[in-house]
Amino acid sequence: MSGPSTFVPKSALGRWFESRLPLGGLIHSSFIVYPTPRNLNYWWTFGGILSFMLVAQIVTGIVLAMHYTPHVDYAFLSVEHIMRDVNWGWLIRYAHANGASMFFVAVYIHMFRGLYYGSYKAPREILWILGVIIYLLMMATGFMGYVLPWGQMSFWGATVITNLFSAIPLVGDAITTWLWGGYSVDNPTLNRFFSLHFLLPFMIAGVVVLHVWALHVVGQNNPDGIEVKNTERDTLSFTPYATGKDSFALVCFMIFYAWFVFYTPNFLGHADNYIEANPLSTPAHIVPEWYYLPFYAILRAVPSKLGGVTLMFSAIVVLAFLPWLDTSRVRSAKYRPMYKVFFWAFVAACIGLGYLGAQPPEGGYVIAARLLTVYYFGFFIIIMPLLGLFETPKPLPASIADAVLGKGGLAAAQH
Amino acid sequence: MAIATTAEPTRRDMLFIATGAAAAVAVSSVAWPLISQMNPDASTIAAGAPIDVDLKAIPEGGIVTVKWRGKPIFVRHRTKKEIDEAAKAPLAGMPDPQADSARVQKPEWLVVIGVCTHLGCIPLGTAGSRGEYDGWFCPCHGSVYDTSGRIRKGPAPKNLEVPAYAFATDTKLTIG
Repeated sequence: MSGPSTFVPKSALGRWFESRLPLGGLIHSSFIVYPTPRNLNYWWTFGGILSFMLVAQIVTGIVLAMHYTPHVDYAFLSVEHIMRDVNWGWLIRYAHANGASMFFVAVYIHMFRGLYYGSYKAPREILWILGVIIYLLMMATGFMGYVLPWGQMSFWGATVITNLFSAIPLVGDAITTWLWGGYSVDNPTLNRFFSLHFLLPFMIAGVVVLHVWALHVVGQNNPDGIEVKNTERDTLSFTPYATGKDSFALVCFMIFYAWFVFYTPNFLGHADNYIEANPLSTPAHIVPEWYYLPFYAILRAVPSKLGGVTLMFSAIVVLAFLPWLDTSRVRSAKYRPMYKVFFWAFVAACIGLGYLGAQPPEGGYVIAARLLTVYYFGFFIIIMPLLGLFETPKPLPASIADAVLGKGGLAAAQH
Repeated sequence: MAIATTAEPTRRDMLFIATGAAAAVAVSSVAWPLISQMNPDASTIAAGAPIDVDLKAIPEGGIVTVKWRGKPIFVRHRTKKEIDEAAKAPLAGMPDPQADSARVQKPEWLVVIGVCTHLGCIPLGTAGSRGEYDGWFCPCHGSVYDTSGRIRKGPAPKNLEVPAYAFATDTKLTIG
């Protein structure tokens, strides 16, 4: 979509620099004149929000690392030290802890948007798979970050999750010992989790660059799911149109984020994590952070350790195969009446699994989790492939301009 | 390069193969220390040396938990009733069938690692929370163990692990 830059800096110094390193041209072609479909709605603003959240997490995280001590004897105390003694420490820690939740709120909206509008379909398969990789890295980062305060949930969450690897036949125990650096979750585990928690966000940033690069090669999908045919008629320049809309959405999102930080900073956390880790006492009810709950429900729905672990990881891996599981040639659910129904049922199933993941693993909860797990996988491996064959899509508009402006909008679009 | 049809290998071919071989050796010899450093270090292994438990302090029916290698070890002084329950339970239908006699050295002393074989929680063993087989109950995902530490119900795949141990004297147990 982005052709060779025609950017010429105004100042002589700018031209001197540009001829040696065309940074201005890169920014100009990627974020100023880059053509965006003119029908993009607010669901398309979450990419910008996610970029902001990544930067916010890195900035607050680096500051927290200046005051935190990754040692089993001091970690819990150093977090309290941040909360009580460090200037503005409470703000920075709450911003970081709630920032992780906001990051996941935004990524889930971003993913469901892709699912609804068929953003994973050709030619955007690589773009989508890079997104799945970012999501996996986010989950690993969030998990290791939650271990660092060394509370009861930190410790027992780490124990449960690292034990997932012991389900691997033959080498499982050796892998678990290797991950721990000992015979159980202990100081070496905490120390390496701190190191990796510091590293992974920069790896995410690297994959984000690839994600944005891939996006700028194939161009954005849009609510009508039809390709740009005429750049003049169908698109608007990134600046000011997308930048303006993204900025406004970001401000609204920040109000939501700030509300958590300032009014209910522990709402998304767990009270047990304010008790220091005790390797000899398991809390009565281990619950992961909310953003892992649907997967935790799938894990517990299976009455077999290896089966549960396999299914849980499959629930994420299946996303990477989505471009080939969906056989419909129509992208957007706007023109897919049956898919739309199954999609919203899928959203409800994910929320339902999230609720069940927080409940005790017994009785009706387990049965409900099994039913929803069947729907989760059925949606991807049965409904998606078959729907393309049986569904009659609605007629697609001839162009993005037609979709937005109506058939008579041609003249208006050319102002 | 595209028309390198000479039958004899050139000096460039030789350098290419030699450099590739050296790089492969270098990568693998550097990778191993980087992977191995994650395994338990010497001090962690040293801290995991055997420990002694005084059995005189454990009354019949009592369970004492000692910490070894960062994990709880349950030392249970079983009652006659508990021994009988463990010995007489039918093996058929157990997820991990194992005779009680294969899990203890002396019937009155059961020694197991107190880590649920499902996902590593610590099963509860205080009176009233031992589950329906009078052994242990794991609160995390609902696994139920019997008085021999065998899994009877729930998602755990294996019986509670029996650590290496020996009776140093009649009243002293050495774990490890």
